[in-house]
Amino acid sequence: MWDYSDKVKDHFFNPKNAGAVAEANAIGEVGSISCGDALRLTLKVNEDTEVIEDAGFQTFGCGSAIASSSVLTEIIKGMTLDEALKVTNQDIAAELDGLPPEKMHCSVMGREALQAAVANYRGEEWKDDHEEGALVCKCFAIDAVMIEEMVWANKLRTVEDVTNYTKAGGGCAACHEDIEAILEKVLKERGETFDPNAAPVAKPEAAKAEKKPMTNLQRIKKIEEVLTALRPQLMADGGDVELVEVIGNTAYVNMTGACNGCQMAAMTIAGIQQRLMEVLGEFIKVVPASEMSKLVNIEGAGHA
Amino acid sequence: MPDIYLDNNATTKVDRAVVDAMIPYFTEYFGNPSSIHRFADGVAKAIKKARGQVQELLGAEHDSEIIFTSCGTESDSTAILSAIKCQPNRKEIITTAVEHPAILNLVDNLEKEGYTIHRMPVDKCGRLNLESYKKLLSDQVAIVSVMWANNETGTIFPVVEMAEMAHEAGVMFHTDAVQAVGKIPMMLQDTKIDMLSLSGHKLHAPKGIGVLYLRRGTRFRPLLRGGHQERGRRAGTENTASIVGLGVACELAMQHMEFENNQVKAMRDRLERGITEQIPHSFVTGDMNNRLPNTTDIAFEYIEGEAILMLLNKAGIAASSGSACTSGSLEPSHVMRAMDIPYTAAHGTIRFSFSRYNSMHEVDEVLKVMPDIVAALRKLSPYWDSVNNCPVADPEQAFQPTYA
Repeated sequence: MWDYSDKVKDHFFNPKNAGAVAEANAIGEVGSISCGDALRLTLKVNEDTEVIEDAGFQTFGCGSAIASSSVLTEIIKGMTLDEALKVTNQDIAAELDGLPPEKMHCSVMGREALQAAVANYRGEEWKDDHEEGALVCKCFAIDAVMIEEMVWANKLRTVEDVTNYTKAGGGCAACHEDIEAILEKVLKERGETFDPNAAPVAKPEAAKAEKKPMTNLQRIKKIEEVLTALRPQLMADGGDVELVEVIGNTAYVNMTGACNGCQMAAMTIAGIQQRLMEVLGEFIKVVPASEMSKLVNIEGAGHA
Repeated sequence: MPDIYLDNNATTKVDRAVVDAMIPYFTEYFGNPSSIHRFADGVAKAIKKARGQVQELLGAEHDSEIIFTSCGTESDSTAILSAIKCQPNRKEIITTAVEHPAILNLVDNLEKEGYTIHRMPVDKCGRLNLESYKKLLSDQVAIVSVMWANNETGTIFPVVEMAEMAHEAGVMFHTDAVQAVGKIPMMLQDTKIDMLSLSGHKLHAPKGIGVLYLRRGTRFRPLLRGGHQERGRRAGTENTASIVGLGVACELAMQHMEFENNQVKAMRDRLERGITEQIPHSFVTGDMNNRLPNTTDIAFEYIEGEAILMLLNKAGIAASSGSACTSGSLEPSHVMRAMDIPYTAAHGTIRFSFSRYNSMHEVDEVLKVMPDIVAALRKLSPYWDSVNNCPVADPEQAFQPTYA
């Protein structure tokens, strides 16, 4: 059985907003019956304010598909369409306290249904631009289609290349055989043969940038940017966050309001840390400022 | 809350008598059976006894035809890799589209190495076409590997007849019988089956013990070389306690063979009838007339299997599903796809597999909760019309997602 969080289970066993909304004026249908996931999202949008007044879902799918649909409707109710469009699949997964890598596509389906519904309301046509393949790298949730596309687009030749460009294979390394199989296939189609000892191609720009260490000032500015972007969300929940100090790769923050001392604080901090690492492309540790004194001492001792 | 285990094709509870028989081989007779001292006294004899018990259940002619391995998968790999190693000029393998991954992933890999793999299709009831099978047999084929009974539907293949046909064509025949051994009677000495795999944990022995039956005279190359264990055909110190346990489990299976085929079957039949009568748009998959007595695989249309399992689990009932989501793949079970079960149903298949530990009372408990579980999920389904409590008119057309 999957290791589902209590939140996933709760939304599955007690789904919110199940069924179609009466007099819906925005309908998004996504999914694929062959993959066993299909979602119809129905919204009632106020035509003057564009506020989503009601949302309902109908889902054919597994536990996490139903939970993702349910939590999505909870997230977007009361938002304007523009606000709702900013909801990412990570937001959906985070609201569920995370999903197993194999199940992240359930949150993607939720976001796509939302985009489709908004497009439907605005009389636009929504096109799905991603194709899903079998999951190859379980550490970073990278599928075969993604790897194949990157191998084609960047003329990748080795497993190391694939890891540099997609992260796939950069964790436990158990999927290296599968990555080699993809390389063999694409290289053959390209008229080359796979050589495990080939010299790696140039690293992608992003990876190069990652290699060049950021100055402390650049790092602090970036962290501020990310926190500023996250604040509205925290404030909506009655909380706030403030950057107090950055020492090396550790960011000390003050959690205030509803976040402070509540059980969710630890989780929120983990979420902020995750986002910081994604944006900065390096390891960042987020620590409550209340723990700064002892950690500063340790740092100080380290420098002495 | 009840605690009902109906997932015996996945694995079984180890019988108390099996555990009791095993314990002394961990604590007292822990010696290496090859040693000459009192700690090993009787260990080799115990293994010999177990070998005889397995021989009895399989109806093998000689006890030396029983090779203990670590699991069904090892037995499968040993059989197929041995056959191709013995006959390097034969570059074809015949199997079926509905085998267990222990066979399918192995032959997929051999295909990459240049072997031609014939994966025989099945019809909508999961049956093979023996006419086409006959045409595939030739002196190019290294081995035929066909499961005795399917793990998902319980459908039984005519392996005895197919082994005869292979034998006439001069082709080796292997059967993956992990689901069949202990559930249906067999007498291997009266067949032309050359090799057979079984797995202890499917018949109330522990996990980590398996057997490869190897007919005397069948050409063989070991997978593991090393010590002289198993007459040099499977090196590695014997898993003594588990071998003893498997022996006891085989003896118990013999004793319960009638019970399995009468009482266990009656439970299965009652559950199956109860569900399909009470729940509209549900149907049994596989060959109804030719199945293991303990297995039923029921498709619930318009809903998804993992969601059903989670609700069953909440009600204290353990079963399993052929849905994509339970395995983490994107496709529903290859067995369902091979039988051409439509996607709307294939994702909603639930396998209930019984053992002699189940009871009629448990069947009634499942029948009590199943209709509500299915109804609750259908209420959420875009393919179901909750107002009229029926599938939406022309479900495939009514819901047309952007990328279907």
